[in-house]
Amino acid sequence: MSAVINDGLKNKILNEETKKVLITPLVNDNPITLQVLGICSALAVTSQMSTSLIMALALTLVTAFSSAAISAIRNHIPSSIRIIVQMTIIASLVIVVDQILKAVAYDVSKQLSVFVGLIITNCIVMGRAEGYAMKNPPLESFMDGIGNGAGYSLILIIVAFFRETLGSGKLLGFEVFKLTKDGGWYDPNGLMLLPPSAFFIIGLIIWSVRQWKPEQREKIDFKIMDIAHGEGGHH
Amino acid sequence: MLKCEQYQKFCIALDKCEHYQKFKAYRDKILALGNDSLEKTIAIAVALCLVCAVLVSFGAVALKPLQVYNKSLDMKKNILDVAGLLEEGADIDKAFSERIEPKIVNLETGDYVDNVDANAYDQRKAAKDPAQSVAIPKDKDIAHIRVKAKLAKVFLVKDGEKIKSIILPINGYGLWSTLYGFLSLDADGQTVQSINFYDQAETPGLGGEVVNPKWRALWKGKKVYAETAQHGFDKGTVEEAELGEPALHLIKGVVDNSKPEALYEVDGLAGATLTSTGVTNLIRYWASDEGFSLYLKKVRSVKLKETKS
Repeated sequence: MSAVINDGLKNKILNEETKKVLITPLVNDNPITLQVLGICSALAVTSQMSTSLIMALALTLVTAFSSAAISAIRNHIPSSIRIIVQMTIIASLVIVVDQILKAVAYDVSKQLSVFVGLIITNCIVMGRAEGYAMKNPPLESFMDGIGNGAGYSLILIIVAFFRETLGSGKLLGFEVFKLTKDGGWYDPNGLMLLPPSAFFIIGLIIWSVRQWKPEQREKIDFKIMDIAHGEGGHH
Repeated sequence: MLKCEQYQKFCIALDKCEHYQKFKAYRDKILALGNDSLEKTIAIAVALCLVCAVLVSFGAVALKPLQVYNKSLDMKKNILDVAGLLEEGADIDKAFSERIEPKIVNLETGDYVDNVDANAYDQRKAAKDPAQSVAIPKDKDIAHIRVKAKLAKVFLVKDGEKIKSIILPINGYGLWSTLYGFLSLDADGQTVQSINFYDQAETPGLGGEVVNPKWRALWKGKKVYAETAQHGFDKGTVEEAELGEPALHLIKGVVDNSKPEALYEVDGLAGATLTSTGVTNLIRYWASDEGFSLYLKKVRSVKLKETKS
């Protein structure tokens, strides 16, 4: 009996749609590399792996639960206050997440400071609410939130990996490269500790993903014409 | 099962309730309305706000005790750190209650105040309360903090009954932010043991290096007040020793330890001139008559009597 129920539940959870929304955001439709959303926090919190992991977890949970909640009431949301309704739900969840972090992971929440609160304005959360949850049932929306959160997390972890190892010779606080100031060989790259370095790393990631999957390249809007020889020369 | 039964009973009771039936009817009516009708828009907005408000306030209230505890634990950790007593994995609460005694000092007289609960007193909060704080005259406000609490909360680090060191709360403006920290002095009220800033928002990697353990280690053994060859605790001629003005400061570059004035100098933070100036100013402010000068004088005279007797 229970096996039947489990199978039924399994089918419901792992149907084609949920698989799709869980997996495509990882590479094919990654919120950071393809949609270029959520960049600000990706710059701010990735100087250390621990903060990035917590931030990724917080964002994934907020996206998943806000999408599910919005999707559950999507048929009754008046279109005139649509965005405000979404924002209220997202903001409430973010405050709850912030409170929980302050209660159970005080040190990390101190380091993340305003950036947990700024999940409210993270374009990924709003983007999924408006773009997916408003048109799809709660379970799929929840999975979509998890998937997009995971896509965001993946990039954050990659960026944090390079920034922490190259910037301070550590990973999750453990020593990877012995620093020259402690008698080792590695001279840390100070730029890696500053937010702009994440720009370079994210740029390189976007470039490599688009080399690997050329269909992700944006179409060129217009061509620059050669005035001397091209057709445009007459104008 | 019991819960289930109770729930069912609750449901039956609810069904009998007239107001609930009215509410149900109203809810069905609202849900049946067109999404863009004015009534539904308002009803949805109100209902949503209620639900979210309950969620947020429940979270905030339920987690409050844990947050308060975390905050106080963090503060204790900072104090133990500046006292040099912080050990990895040790019980912070226990170490704190065993070794450290908070005391309230009246900054105007330099005396201990006993009728205030030292554990509960929050100096930062008091500084913001007009009844418990005083405005600092502009010409004396070198730390740019504008107001200070009348009572300061200091921490005595004890070794049995003997006072080992004194931890003073300090704060002042750097480049972007007010730096809050602790300065730990030997029982002579003159020799620095350690310094620690627990709250600051200076530029990471430049002014933010005030939290760097390497830089903080440079403070050990420095002297706060100017002293001449005749006075100095170790020389035993302290009787008439009126120590001079606060002299400890940060310099540009690296301190030359062969010079006699090196005792009052600490390396400046590279690339953070304004933060360094801020740190110098806040040390000088809190060491002046406005700050702990009177209190430290009393501490010294008490210690003198002790050594004499």
